[in-house]
Amino acid sequence: MSLTATSQDLARQDARRPGVAQTNALRLGWLLLAIAVLAAVLVASIAVGSKDIPVSTVFDALFAYDDSDDHAIIQALRVPRTMMGLAVGAALGMAGALIQALTRNPLADPGILGVNAGAAFFVVLAVGLFGLTSIQGYIWFAFLGAIVTTVLVYAVGSAGRGGATPVRLTLAGVAIGAVLGGISSGITLLNPTTFDRMRQWGAGSLVAPGYETLWAVLPFIAIGLVISMLVARPLNAVALGDDLAAALGANMARTRALVVVATTLLAGAATAAAGPIGFVGLMVPHVARWIVGPDQRWIFLFTVVLAPILLLTADIVGRVVMRPGELQVGIVTAFVGAPVLIALARRRRVSGL
Amino acid sequence: MSVIEQPKGIDFGRPMRAVRWFGDAVSHRLDVRTISVCLVLLAIALAVALVTLASGEYQVPLPDVVKALLGQAEGRIHMVVVEWRLPRTALALILGAALGMGGAIFQSLTRNPLGSPDIIGFDAGAYTGALVVIILLQGGYYAIAGGALAGGLCTALLVYVLAYSRGVQGFRLIIVGIGVSAMLTSLNTWMLLRAKLEVAMAAAIWGAGTLNGLGLDRLGPAALILAVLIPLALLMSRPMAQLELGDDAARALGVNAERTRLALLVLGVALTATVTATAGPIGFVALAAPQLARRLTGSAGVSMLPAAAMGALLLAAADYLAQRAFAPTQIPVGIVTVSLGGVYFVWLLLREARRQ
Repeated sequence: MSLTATSQDLARQDARRPGVAQTNALRLGWLLLAIAVLAAVLVASIAVGSKDIPVSTVFDALFAYDDSDDHAIIQALRVPRTMMGLAVGAALGMAGALIQALTRNPLADPGILGVNAGAAFFVVLAVGLFGLTSIQGYIWFAFLGAIVTTVLVYAVGSAGRGGATPVRLTLAGVAIGAVLGGISSGITLLNPTTFDRMRQWGAGSLVAPGYETLWAVLPFIAIGLVISMLVARPLNAVALGDDLAAALGANMARTRALVVVATTLLAGAATAAAGPIGFVGLMVPHVARWIVGPDQRWIFLFTVVLAPILLLTADIVGRVVMRPGELQVGIVTAFVGAPVLIALARRRRVSGL
Repeated sequence: MSVIEQPKGIDFGRPMRAVRWFGDAVSHRLDVRTISVCLVLLAIALAVALVTLASGEYQVPLPDVVKALLGQAEGRIHMVVVEWRLPRTALALILGAALGMGGAIFQSLTRNPLGSPDIIGFDAGAYTGALVVIILLQGGYYAIAGGALAGGLCTALLVYVLAYSRGVQGFRLIIVGIGVSAMLTSLNTWMLLRAKLEVAMAAAIWGAGTLNGLGLDRLGPAALILAVLIPLALLMSRPMAQLELGDDAARALGVNAERTRLALLVLGVALTATVTATAGPIGFVALAAPQLARRLTGSAGVSMLPAAAMGALLLAAADYLAQRAFAPTQIPVGIVTVSLGGVYFVWLLLREARRQ
């Protein structure tokens, strides 16, 4: 389709553009800076909330716990939430970077592989048909849904001799997402209880009591991150186009399969833990590319650090703007991310469709 | 008064007829295949409508339906067919036609088969407007329709302005539309979360797009507005085709490109807005109808009349399913169109894969 063709042209222009930091020493400097910012955001995420806690108390609670109210809040609620933001943010950002590198589409988002629609569909089934009520129970359904849907999208997208080209993957994702979305809303609209649970889940939130959810999804996120680092090099070749990449010795079929596996693990685990959260995977790789240029290895490294910064900042903003109430983090990321997307579309000179 | 003849001297590559009115004062061309496809589609749509009128909790035999429509039935049958079921089925037909035309306009403007009014954020904006009225203001039907219209039009305008820099390009329009829709969608999620469960659910059913329970009071205004918009859209189908040649070629043919594009955009939004105000945002008809019609007519681009006929058929059929699939429970027609639209998409992909 011409939409994707044009965005691939964009990707090629983009790939040639060098980053702000042009030497490895500079890139390392930027990386250290990003890590420092991340550390500051982590502390802020623990300190800021409906009850603000001084930074010194935050450190006391972490290193010299004394059972006071503030310390209890920090240990039981704030730290798990912050850790969740760290893991989910890294997973979402990396999933976005992978899918953008694979489809050579700068506007691609893990959502296009049907992850969100699939997770939502299975959660609807769990709530609507099996009567599940606990958040802990949703996780595995959401994860299973993300995996099954991605496999289905990949199967439809790679049918025929052409293989899983970016355009076909995108279209298959849109189509299957639409079917599942339609059936999901059909089921929820017939049953008020299901509808109520789904509107809570659908907003996307990092709130989860304790570490149970985090431990459940962390292994999958870790495996996904490791695979991502392994495919970074072959993905550099993919930027040149399928034929050139094959000529350079990259195994395209294996790279594609690995990327889809890693994306599914990362995005599926993140969505299972926190619900659908958009735009993190879309935005962060662009910022990383703007800093380091086209090398996927650097882009991936920066994405892992930058994405949690974005997600945690959005979460903090959500806690602050509507005190004493909270705005779900998924809502905040959409409000931050959409203007970025629009700015991206306006900035470039794009030839017509 | 009018003469139909085979055009002489020019080979159009397809069977054509020239129609002349009042001697030679007015004349135009008719593509034989396009006209026959339109007629067949309309005939099937009417047949589906008849079946819908006949079926329900109270079954009416088809001959009686026809009698009732001709005003020859009385009592119970007249009440069920003409007063209860006819307004809804008529709405399905005309709203479907409007959606098909709106879709054809947007696909032609963006030159993208995935172009549809939701692309410029219209549906999300209309839903936001409706939610504000339903949840914050507790308004009635006309207030909801007004809110949806205002929301949809403001969003479309915002997207157009944001995408504008020395003219509007299809690609930029799509991306800006996606961005604005995403913001509005999360705003909608937030409003639904704050509302009471019953209110939120009623709002969500509106948001899915439904013809359930729509009667004569809804048919009247919609029919009146579409009676103006549909002929206007048909008149614009010629400049629309010329615009598809590219701005320069269109200008050479005497079309003011930027003004025509704006007029088409307004018309496309107005057609969709009428549907949304009447029945909520009904998805996928606008997307699928022009493309399906194009395949049947074998024409180069999307065109208005076949898209309208196909849209009417699709929505009438979807509404039959929405009423009967889980009877006695009636589901919103938008859910049927979205699910079937996705299945159609998957089928299209698999078929093209086999061809390669």
